[in-house]
Amino acid sequence: MLNYTIKRIALAFLILIVVMLGMFGMVFLVPGDPASVALGPRASPELKALLIERMGLDQPLLTQIIKFFRNAATGDLGIDVWSKRPVLDVIMEVFPNTLLLGLVSIGWALIAGIGLGCVAVVYRGTYLDRVLGVLSVSMIAVPSFVIALYSLLIFSVWLGWLPAIGSGEAGDFWSQLRAIILPAFAIGITWVGYLSRLVRASMLELIDAEHIRTARAYGLPERVVVLRYALRVAIIPTIAIIAVGLGGILSSAIFVESVFSRPGIGTLMTSAVQKRNYPVVMGTVLFMTAFYLLVVTLADILIARLDPRVRDVLRG
Amino acid sequence: MSCVDESPARAPGLIRKLARDPVGLAGLILVLGFLSMAVFAPYLAPYDPIKIDVLNKFQPPSPAHPAGTDQLGRDTLSRIIFGARTALTIALVSTGLAGVFGLLLGMIAGFGPRLLDNFLVLVFDAFSSLPMIMFALAVITVLGPGTNTLIFVILIVSIPGYARLIRAQTLSLKNSDFIMAERTMGASHIRIILWHVLPNVVGPLVIVLSMDIPVVIMLEAGLSYLNLGVRPPTPSWGNILYDGYTSLRFAPTMVIVAGIPLVLSTIGFTFLGERLRDALDPKIQIRGLR
Amino acid sequence: MSTPLFEIDKLSLQYHTNGGAFHALRDVSLTARRGEVIGIVGESGSGKSTLVSAMIGLLSANAYITNGSVKINDTDLLTLSERKRRRFRGHDIAVIFQDPMTAFNPVLPLGAQLIDFQFHRRGVSKRDKRQHAIDTLTHVGIAAADKIMAKYVHELSGGMRQRAAIAAALVMTPDVLIADEPTTALDVTMEAQIIHLLRQLSHDHDGTIIVVTHHLGVIGELCDRVYVMYAGQVVEEGPVDAIYHTPGHPYTTALIDCDLVHLDETPRTLPTIPGRVPDLAPPPAGCAFANRCEKAQTRCFASAPPRVQIAKEHAAWCFRVPGHEVAQ
Repeated sequence: MLNYTIKRIALAFLILIVVMLGMFGMVFLVPGDPASVALGPRASPELKALLIERMGLDQPLLTQIIKFFRNAATGDLGIDVWSKRPVLDVIMEVFPNTLLLGLVSIGWALIAGIGLGCVAVVYRGTYLDRVLGVLSVSMIAVPSFVIALYSLLIFSVWLGWLPAIGSGEAGDFWSQLRAIILPAFAIGITWVGYLSRLVRASMLELIDAEHIRTARAYGLPERVVVLRYALRVAIIPTIAIIAVGLGGILSSAIFVESVFSRPGIGTLMTSAVQKRNYPVVMGTVLFMTAFYLLVVTLADILIARLDPRVRDVLRG
Repeated sequence: MSCVDESPARAPGLIRKLARDPVGLAGLILVLGFLSMAVFAPYLAPYDPIKIDVLNKFQPPSPAHPAGTDQLGRDTLSRIIFGARTALTIALVSTGLAGVFGLLLGMIAGFGPRLLDNFLVLVFDAFSSLPMIMFALAVITVLGPGTNTLIFVILIVSIPGYARLIRAQTLSLKNSDFIMAERTMGASHIRIILWHVLPNVVGPLVIVLSMDIPVVIMLEAGLSYLNLGVRPPTPSWGNILYDGYTSLRFAPTMVIVAGIPLVLSTIGFTFLGERLRDALDPKIQIRGLR
Repeated sequence: MSTPLFEIDKLSLQYHTNGGAFHALRDVSLTARRGEVIGIVGESGSGKSTLVSAMIGLLSANAYITNGSVKINDTDLLTLSERKRRRFRGHDIAVIFQDPMTAFNPVLPLGAQLIDFQFHRRGVSKRDKRQHAIDTLTHVGIAAADKIMAKYVHELSGGMRQRAAIAAALVMTPDVLIADEPTTALDVTMEAQIIHLLRQLSHDHDGTIIVVTHHLGVIGELCDRVYVMYAGQVVEEGPVDAIYHTPGHPYTTALIDCDLVHLDETPRTLPTIPGRVPDLAPPPAGCAFANRCEKAQTRCFASAPPRVQIAKEHAAWCFRVPGHEVAQ
């Protein structure tokens, strides 16, 4: 187990290093000098000079790479060329918003998805089960930002029930709650589809599972059979899909946050790309990649704790 | 690992099988509908999609403009019809190219020397564990938005997944009995790859590609909505949605009508892809683009 | 003669399917006394697995018992509530399942499961349960049993798994031990070892062992008395020697002929019983084996054959038992 944990963490770091090298190298792979590439053709000479100095672009390549890694390791992701503030500060200012949005989205999706999955299992093989199946696939298929636009039109513009923009007044719980409903709805709906299908499939598999039959055949009470024997097996794929789903939620958040002009990683990133604010783009990508790797690695280790079969293979 | 034998002789039977199931039939009809919309766009569209007519801007739906006009007086219906062409061209070209590159890289990793395989797997893993959208946005920052950038981005983010799939398939085939038998009989590498491995790995790849087409359509529309994808004035569903968003309060028609083809096409391709997978190989592990 | 420890009387069971009621078991009767090893033999589809499920009262949702009883020490399990029936499972009647790989929970250590299976031993500390599990594992021939306790099922070899499965059924020292195809998943050497183990168990085990299999060889090695099943019915019952040497039912004869061990020379083609098991929804009016039987007559198709007592404890359900022909 410990062996597996160390290997898994080492792999995460290795991947992060490859990603950093990729991000670093990207600017150099494109023809033209890095500062112009990073800032765009319309940037003023002063801005360019500032960037060259900040990023140490006038130094040898190897020095730059070492400096880049050393800085990143100490949390220095560079300086926002527009606001002149450290990139990490800019990110940390909006990251909690996106994290909250992601958690609320996956939270309601879990409740609804598990509920629908259970309904499908209870009514398996019936017309209702088939309708739910088609509904789940449709929920997975529809782009979240279209849901966001439609719900914005209906609930904010036409009905006026919920705010159309922003994340609510700071410190006002109800205002923040009202502001998060529509974005969380738009992001979560895809996951309702995924989770209901997953729950249905894994529960059906368990109903027929031989080892559940064994537990019953040896007279274990239903409570022990369900809580100790069934749930332990059923929970594993759910953890896996939620961790991987975080990546999906991030990409939905980019679009949905823009639709609702909600401050967060998505809106930060979009405006940085539009303004070609390369330090912010690069810093955000690194930050989010590290965050994503952290969650996936933790989930993998948790899964390996719960499922001994995974431990034997590093990339199960 | 089971492999799909996708001989052309089975294709008509496959279509009949898809058409018997209501979900498969719906997918088939929607996909064929959007494909013909894309192909016959110039004949179907009542107006030139980029012709500006400022006098008639923000028209509500009328017999002359069934879906109204936008802020520059362009006919929304014509823009939506040509948008199908944009969306499908990008989706088909990029997934097709990504499939070819993924196939090549995957087979190189599967058949190449051990060290190269390890290196490629690390690179594939690194790319697959990136949040795709983050990476896409970084590339767009460097290259600037546009159709070519979009296709390039989709290639970069989707090739590693396909290459992993192909590698896994190749490895399991490489150790299978019939390849071993071929090898002991002295068959060349090239013969083994072309005659035995390729036909067996193409099937699963086609399924994964078809399941990723709706994701690419979504991505194109999403990035174009953020003004980071297809450049105006080229009509794209995402651009139309953005134009509609800016005038949501007084001209909601644009958002409403531009969302419909996006929803229907992603649903259509997803339905078709799902049923295609079920019909060809229910056991294959799909690790899609998301 | 002692009273039966385990007794199935005229058990009939149907599966309700889209194609109508499927008569999986019809009037199956069986008795087992203390100290006896009973064999149930039949090909796949004969109703063996359904019979095992019925014995422990774990049936699928579409199964309905239409008649009969399953008694342990004169308590009818079928009339009990699910709660009370659960007390009997594991404690009084336990099954050694066919495939230990899937029968054990994949994500719990073996030891934890063996301790769980002693659920009905009240007032026993977990330590004692653990020690008892280790003793049982050692008893079935597992060396270093305390190390095995921490292992997961996928980490064990095939033979270890099978032994562990037997240990799981033994932890509660049940009166009735059912071995469901105990050797199917094993290779020949392992099979011999497991049969040896089961034979040993039958000596020190105080209850009864019921071996369910499609393999006549296993029956011959282990059992005292045999029940031959075909298409959901018992077609012949009797002591092992009698069944082997003077089979009364044509199906039993055919089964023995198919068993390669009894062939004197290597045949050109493997012997088979021609034809197929009849559809049991609904079952045929006459003898279920008639359509495959060489000796079948018109009456075999028209009415059900009677029980013909051949010797003490040896009976067959057939019109044409050699030497006991029923008059037309």
